[in-house]
Amino acid sequence: MDLEEQGTIKRVVEGSERSRMVVLLGTPNKGSTTMIALTLTQGDPSYAGPLAGVPLGLPIHHILEPEVREAIPADVYAREIGPLEFVLDATGISAALKDVRAR
Amino acid sequence: MIDLKDKLVLALGERDGVPGPALEACAVSAGAKVIYSATQCFA
Repeated sequence: MDLEEQGTIKRVVEGSERSRMVVLLGTPNKGSTTMIALTLTQGDPSYAGPLAGVPLGLPIHHILEPEVREAIPADVYAREIGPLEFVLDATGISAALKDVRAR
Repeated sequence: MIDLKDKLVLALGERDGVPGPALEACAVSAGAKVIYSATQCFA
């Protein structure tokens, strides 16, 4: 996540009702999922951006997680996600989120 | 199953994964309001 986007997200989160917020990720693998999930829960792990030392603590979900899929109408999910479900590293993504949530 | 109804969603897509607009469509269809959407590119 680049520094400009960190700043934008910080402003959006601070300017709205945080208790109703949910982050929905579409990251392709374990590494990118870990980086974004860490940044938006505990703060920028590289300590370079506006979210350095700013633990937003937002709930994070990935679009490939079964509990997210179940919340979305099947026809919409098939149209928007479709074969990506079988191409992306769902196992690694799930492991990354489990790890970040446990920290 | 998570409850997305009336939630404020930040949709963070990625070009090599699922793009932001697809996440938006899914979130809205589940009753959420999307307050931020982006598609990152690390190429």
